[in-house]
Amino acid sequence: MELQVIWFFLWGLLWAAYFMTDGFDLGVGALYPFLGRDETDKRKMINAIGPLWDGNEVWLITAGGVTFAAFPLVYATMFSSLYTPLMFILFGLIIRGVSFEFRGLSENRLWKKTWDICIFVGSVTPALLFGVAFANIFMGIPIDGKGIFHGNLFTLLNPYGIMGGLLFLLLFMHHGALWLCIRTKEGLQERSIHTAKVLWPVMLVVLAVFVISSWFYTDLYANYLVTPLLFAVPLLAVVAFAGSRIFLAKEKFFPAWGMSSAGIVATTFFGIIGLFPNLFPSSLSPEYSLNIMNSSSSPLTLTIMLWVVVIIVPLVIAYQSWAYYMFRFKVEEEDFTY
Amino acid sequence: MDVVLLSRLQFAATTMFHFLFVPLTLGLSILVAWMETRYARTGDEVYLRMTKFWGKIFLINFAVGVVTGITLEFQFGTNWSQYSAYVGDIFGSLLAIEATAAFFLESTFIGIWIFGWKRLSAKAHAAVMWMVAIAGNVSAIWILIANAWMQHPVGYTLRESFGGQRAEITDFMAVITQKFAWLTIMHTLAASIVLACFFVMGISAWHLLKKQHEEVFTRSFRMALVPGLIFSIFVAVQGDFHAVDVAHSQPAKMAAMEFHWETQPNAPSYIFAWPDPEAEKNSIEIGKIPGMLSFLIHHDFSTPVIGLKDIPKDERPPIALVGMAFRVMVGLGAYFIIACSIGWFFRKKLQEKPWYLKMMLWSIPLPYIATQAGWIVTEVGRQPWIVYGLMKTSDAVSPVSTGQVGASLVGFIVVYGLLGLAGFTMIAKKAMKGPDLPEETKA
Repeated sequence: MELQVIWFFLWGLLWAAYFMTDGFDLGVGALYPFLGRDETDKRKMINAIGPLWDGNEVWLITAGGVTFAAFPLVYATMFSSLYTPLMFILFGLIIRGVSFEFRGLSENRLWKKTWDICIFVGSVTPALLFGVAFANIFMGIPIDGKGIFHGNLFTLLNPYGIMGGLLFLLLFMHHGALWLCIRTKEGLQERSIHTAKVLWPVMLVVLAVFVISSWFYTDLYANYLVTPLLFAVPLLAVVAFAGSRIFLAKEKFFPAWGMSSAGIVATTFFGIIGLFPNLFPSSLSPEYSLNIMNSSSSPLTLTIMLWVVVIIVPLVIAYQSWAYYMFRFKVEEEDFTY
Repeated sequence: MDVVLLSRLQFAATTMFHFLFVPLTLGLSILVAWMETRYARTGDEVYLRMTKFWGKIFLINFAVGVVTGITLEFQFGTNWSQYSAYVGDIFGSLLAIEATAAFFLESTFIGIWIFGWKRLSAKAHAAVMWMVAIAGNVSAIWILIANAWMQHPVGYTLRESFGGQRAEITDFMAVITQKFAWLTIMHTLAASIVLACFFVMGISAWHLLKKQHEEVFTRSFRMALVPGLIFSIFVAVQGDFHAVDVAHSQPAKMAAMEFHWETQPNAPSYIFAWPDPEAEKNSIEIGKIPGMLSFLIHHDFSTPVIGLKDIPKDERPPIALVGMAFRVMVGLGAYFIIACSIGWFFRKKLQEKPWYLKMMLWSIPLPYIATQAGWIVTEVGRQPWIVYGLMKTSDAVSPVSTGQVGASLVGFIVVYGLLGLAGFTMIAKKAMKGPDLPEETKA
C-alpha cells in the first residue's frame, strides 16, 4: 500500500518534471514565428534550446515508461483510450525533433520554411494536447469496466478540456519566453521580456478560471476539503508565478524562470493531489476508475523500480544540471551550431 | 482488414523504420568516439576532420532515430493494451529502466557534444562522445532484454490480479541474465558495428575513387576495415550459437527458418526451398544437404529435429517469409566476411583497386538489408505468439477501431516516408560533400 502511494506521487513528479523541462522548449517553439523575425533571431532561438531539448524530452519517455512499469493497467488504458490525441502528440514531437537538425542542412528557402512550420506546429500541438488530455483525466474519461473508451477526439474537446489545453500552452509559452530572456540579449531579449510580461496576466487569468471551474467539472477538490492544508499547493503555484513576475521586473531572469518552473510543478500537483488515489478515473462509474489499488504492478516490481529511480534519477538531475549550467550563457552568432 | 492486422502492420512499419537508423547510431558512435580520442591524444588535425565529418552524418542519422523511437515507447499502450496489461509488470519495468539508466545519459550528452566544442577540452569532449556511445549501446541492451523476454519468457509467474491473469516478475536477475537475451544482444550489437563499418568504408571508397580528401578517407577506410572484419566473423560464428539456442527454445521458428516439415533424424538443410503450407510440404527444394540440420543443431547427424508437422497448425509462423529472410541474412553475412577479407589483403593499396572500392560503395545498403532480414526472422518467426508460448498476438491488441489504426498507419507511412527521404538525402549530401578543408575545421 505504501509502495503504491509512493509510486503515485513519483508518477506525478515525473510528468511534472517533463512539463517543467520540455515545457520551455515547447514554449520557445510556439513563440518561434512571432519572436524569430529574421534568420539570425530564429537561429538564436533554436540554439537557445538546442543543447537541452533532447535530454528534456526523455522525462516524457521516463514518465511513460514508469506508467508502464508501475501501473501497467493505467498505461494500457490511458494510451489506448487517448489513442488519437496521443498520435497527434507523437507526430508533433517527431517533426519538432528533426527540425532542429534538418533546418540547418540546406540554405534552400522552401526547405527552411518547411522546418520552421514543423517547429511551430510540432511544439503547439503537444503543448495543447497534453493540457487537453490531463484536463480530461481530471474530469474522468468515459471508460467502461474493460477499459474500453466510449468516445472520440471530440469527446475530449469539451470546454474544460480546451481550457486545460490553453492553460498548458500559456504556461509553456511564458516559461519559454523566460528561457529566451536568459539566453539572448538586445532586441530578441527585449521582445522576450515584453512577451513574458504580456503573457503573464493572461496565463494567470486562465489559471484562475481553470482552478475555479475544476470545482464544477471535476472531483479534484474532494481531497482538499478533507485536508485543507493541501490548499498550500495551488497557493504555492500562485506565489511562484507572482515571484516569477517580480524577478522579471528586476530583470533577474534565472530566478524568474526558476519560479515559473516551480509554478508549473505546483500547477501539475494541484491536479495530481486532487486525483489521488485515482490515476485514470472513469466518468461512467467510479467502480471503473483505475486507482493505485486496482492497477499497480506487483510489490516486487515496485520495489525494484523504486531502487532504480532512487539511485539513478538523482544522477540524471546532477548531470542535467551540469548541462544547464554549461549552456546558461547568451547565444552569440559565433556559437551557432544549428 | 482488422485491427490486429493493421496494428501489426503499423508496429512492423514503425519498428523497421526505426531500426534503419539504430544500428548506424550504435556502431558509428563508437567509431566517432575512437576518432576523436585519436585526435585528443595526438593533436593530428586529420582525426579532427574525420570526427567532424562522420560526427555530422552521425547526428543527422541520430535525429531520425531518436524521434522515431518515442513512438515505440507509447505504441505498446496505444495499440497493444491487452499485452501491456498482461506483461507490464516485467516488460514495462525493462523499458522504464532503459529510459532512466541509459536514454537520459545518451540524450543529455549528445547535446553537450554538439554544443560543447568550445566549452570543453579536447579530451573531455572526446569523453563525452564515449558517454554517448556507451549509453546508446546500453540502451539497446535493455531493449533487447525486453525483446528477449517476449521470445523466451523466464523469471515470472502467472497470477490472478484485478480480475484477470497476468505475468508477474519472480526473478529479475533471471530476466536480465538469460542466455537468449545475451545471444540477441551480442548478435545485434556486433551486426550494428558491421553496418557502421560498411557505411564508413563505402563512403570512403566513393571519395577515394574520386581521388579527393585521400588522407581522411584512407584512414577512415582502414579504421573501419579492422572492426568490420573482426565483427563480421564474430556475428556469423556467434549467430550459429544463437541459432542452436533458438532450435531448443523456439522449435517452430527453427523449423520455419529451415522449411523443415517432418520430425526426423538426419534432418536436411536446403539452400533454397518454397513451402506449400496446405499440403504440409515444400513445393520447391533446391540444394538439399542430408543431415545438415541435425548436425548444425545437435552436432550429430542422428538426432531428430522437430518439424512443422509436429507443431499445431495454429501455432506455426509464416514459413516462406521467415525462411527467405533467414537465407538473405546468412548469405549477406557470408559476403561481409569475404568483402572485408579482400579489403584486408589490399589495405595498403586501396587506391589501386577501383573495382574493390566500387564494390564497397555498392555494399552500403547490404548490412541494412541483412539487419532488417534478421529482425523479420526474429519477430515473424515468433508468430502467432506475442510472448512465445504465453500470449497470442491476436489476444494482445487494443480495443480501438480500425478507423483509428488505419488513420495512424497512413499518417506514419506519410510522415516516416518523407522523413526517411529527407534524412537519407541529407546524409548522402553531407557524405558526398566530404569533410571541411583543414583551414575551415575549427575545434
